[in-house]
This record gives sequence, structure tokens and C-alpha cells, in this order.
Amino acid sequence: MTGFSRRRFVAAAAGASATLALPAIAYGQAAARVVVIGGGFGGATAARYLKKASPQLQVTLVEANRRFVTCPYSNLVLGGWRKMDSITFGYDKLAKSGVTVVHDTATAVDPQKKQVRLSGGRVLPYDRLIVSPGIDINWKGLPGYDETAAEAMPHAWKAGAQTILLRRQLEAMPDGGLFVMSAPANPFRCPPGPYERVSMIASYFKQAKPRSKILILDAKENFSKQGLFQDGWQKFYAGMIEWVPVGKDGKVVKVDAKAKTLETEFGQVHKAAVANVIPPQTAGAIARSAGLADASGWCPIDALTFESKLVKGIHVVGDATIAAPMPKSGFAANSQGKVAAAAAAAMLLGRPTPAPAMVNTCYSHVAKDYAISVAGVYRGTADKGLIEVPDSGGVSPRQWEDENRRLESVYADGWYTSITAEMFG
Amino acid sequence: MKMHIAIVGIIALGAAEPAFAQGADVSILASTCLSCHGANAQGSGGIPGLSSQQQAYLAAQLRAFKGGTRPATVMNRLAKGYTDDEIAGLALHFSRLK
Repeated sequence: MTGFSRRRFVAAAAGASATLALPAIAYGQAAARVVVIGGGFGGATAARYLKKASPQLQVTLVEANRRFVTCPYSNLVLGGWRKMDSITFGYDKLAKSGVTVVHDTATAVDPQKKQVRLSGGRVLPYDRLIVSPGIDINWKGLPGYDETAAEAMPHAWKAGAQTILLRRQLEAMPDGGLFVMSAPANPFRCPPGPYERVSMIASYFKQAKPRSKILILDAKENFSKQGLFQDGWQKFYAGMIEWVPVGKDGKVVKVDAKAKTLETEFGQVHKAAVANVIPPQTAGAIARSAGLADASGWCPIDALTFESKLVKGIHVVGDATIAAPMPKSGFAANSQGKVAAAAAAAMLLGRPTPAPAMVNTCYSHVAKDYAISVAGVYRGTADKGLIEVPDSGGVSPRQWEDENRRLESVYADGWYTSITAEMFG
Repeated sequence: MKMHIAIVGIIALGAAEPAFAQGADVSILASTCLSCHGANAQGSGGIPGLSSQQQAYLAAQLRAFKGGTRPATVMNRLAKGYTDDEIAGLALHFSRLK
């Protein structure tokens, strides 16, 4: 579709909805249909909240995998704190709550016919569509790093088989080995994730392989909760972790999976015993093929409804969106899923869309009984887009009693139990 | 007087949420609490439940978190993001959950 015809279609659709106000259900026709693509933190939440908002809505969730492995807490599996089955969830209860769950891959969206095509050939018509595809690895983003290389140097940035692979490599590594992580430039999924991962791996090394070292090669000059992480590393893992920012030649520009080497901007070559390459990322494939992503590879959205700014009738939530100042986190995706569900239901019922509020709280475990957090409260505004409420949120204080760090580790576990039960329980 | 009208309105509408002119939709704002406090606000691990608490107690705690008079780990950072009207709305919302 050309840009011109898309704009014309959008204008026509906007005109139609203004005239008819689209109270799809009030006409006494079949129940309005909402299709949700992607069964992660954004999509599973949206599907469940659509049914809560209006039980008569026909909600179909399209998700390729029968089991969902959460990225949150997958770092704890890498550290040996958790087993895979404790971070793996099925869709049975979501199905029992009235959501039709289709395990297939959405391959195309036709916003004019309002249809989603699945890889099995099935076509799902929709009245509104919510897309929550998460991230894809940008396989052209780092020379030498392709899908084959990821088998030798796992990214483990989509939890599942990659998580198990990296854990096995860590287990097989001899004591005294060098673990090298390549951390990407912004924006990427889960800003504190790489540093929580380093903390978890350090806790494993300290207990099982104490002579081992960790080198973080970073494409950034600073990172999320940096002071808090570095304080924790000093306290628990002194001498084990070295962090190299971009200004000190930390940016990895090339990898060699066979040789297990990572080369930086100014030509330093680092040889790893185990390498974890967290590569550049982009919005999930279906978001890009449906025309929801802009030149940046991410999806611009309306701050009040999370409707795409590029294609009307489609909401986008989660890591695929451009939603700064909200981070790309599971909590943020969950919060956005609730807003998009409320907006889509209101539009289908011919009601005004409710004024949105979003929250994010990201905990990171650093050591046993020691966690840190960042929190934020966000609003959608018509004039300024998404904003963080001034003088709210922020990171845990740097000067704090250990008891508060322990409490944050307890609350982190409570959060994980709650949010996964909210979606899959 | 204004408060009286609002309360009469709530009783008349039954389960409907009070609407506050400047603030967020209370049911959306309240739904953000559930990601930690439990899908039914019943609490989780060390995180306290919110359901069945007295409205006045919930409002007083949120105001104390916001004003910094009740120590907390994360709730003071979050409560600073809610208006006084939203705090009143949240307190009413959770006090009604059984």
C-alpha cells in the first residue's frame, strides 16, 4: 500500500466512525470482534481485560507458542535461582475465561478489510485489532551475529530455548573462565535486564566458579539503576565484574561465533569462554509488515488510546511501541494492555474512551535478599503525548538500610506471582 | 455540598466509578495496582491486600505515602503520582472489593 492510499483510507475510516460513532454492539448484530496478536505481557493482559470490560465482546488471541516463558525472572534461571517450569505458563485459564486462543502465527494484516491472516491460511475478521508482538532481533544490526551465531553466543533476550542454552554454557564453563556480555544501545527491551543478568551470573560464579570474571561491553555511556547496581556489585561481587562504556571502547561492532570473539569499535578483540550477545532489536515482524512501525523500526502510538498513529483501528502495546518515557518492560506492557483494552471496548460500545493512567515498577535482583527498583506513574495527554507525572517515581534510594533491599526482593517475588496470575491464572 | 451530590450519584449508579474531572479513570488507575497487589487485590507474598480495607484507612495510607509521613519502599514514589482526587477514588474502589 502506498503512503497516499493509506492516508486516504485512514481519512475515510475516520470520517465513517465520526458519522456512525460505531456502536457495533448496539445494532443488535453479532458481538463485536477484537483480535489480539501476541500472548505476552501486553497481549494476554489486553485479551483478559477486554472480556472484563465487556463479556459480550468476541475476543480472539493469536499466539504461536502453546507455552509462554516470561523474560522477567529468566535471569534468575541463569543464576540457578529458579527452574524453567516456574517461569513457564499456559493459556488454558485465559481460554476458560472466554478468550478464544488460536495457536498460530499472524502473517499479514489487511487494515482495509479488517482481517488478520494466519500462517495456516485462516483469516480472522476484526472490528478492532490489538497488536502486542514484542521485539524481534535485528539480525542485520551486528556484523557476524545471525541465527546460527546465536546458537554459539546466545542472546537469551527472548526467554525459552535461548535461556536454557546460555545456562548450560555457564554450567559447562570451567572455573576461571571469562563471561563476556555485549549490551546494546537504547532503545531495547528491559533497560535494567542486562545488569540484573550480570548480577545473577555473578551470584552463580561466586558460589560455583569463584575465579571466573565478567566483562560487560556496553554501547551506552550509562545504564538503568547504574549507581544501585554498581554499589551492589561492589558489596557482593568485588573484583569480579568489569563494565566498559562506549566511551572506553565498549561498543561491540563485530562478533565471530566460531572463535567466540567480540570486536569493539577501536579494534580490541575479546575472547570469551561464554559470550552473551544482546543484539540491537526492532518491533516484532507483524508490526512492521502491517505498517505499524516507522523508520525507527518501532511503533508510534496515540498516548490516550494506544491506537497506532499510522493505521487506524489498530492498537499497539508493549515493547514494540514508542512509549518513552515508559520503558520497554513487562509491567509497562501489562499496563498499556489495560489501557488499550479499555479504549477498544469503549470505541466498540460507542462510549468515550476513558482517561488513561499507566504505572511501571521494575525490580532487579542483585543478590539474595537484595533487590532494587525503579518506578514510574504515567499519563496520556492530548497535547504532550505520554508523560511521567512530575516529582513521582524514580529509583530506590542509594543510601538505604539492607532491610529495605530485602523487602524489595520480597516485593519483587510478590509482583512476579501477581502479574503472572493476573495474565495466566 | 459538592461531596454530598457525588455520594448520592454513586449510590444511584450502583457499581459505577466516580468520575473526577481532571484525573485518570479510576478503574484503569486501580487496575495498575493489581499487577503487584494481586488480580483480586488480595495481596501476594509480602505485598499487602487492598480489598476489604476501610475506605478511610486506604485514603489515609495513600496520603501518608504521598506526603512521606509513612515510610515505604516503592509506595511513596508511586503515590506521589496520584492526585488527591485519585487517592479518594482508589480508596473507594478498593474498599468496595470483597
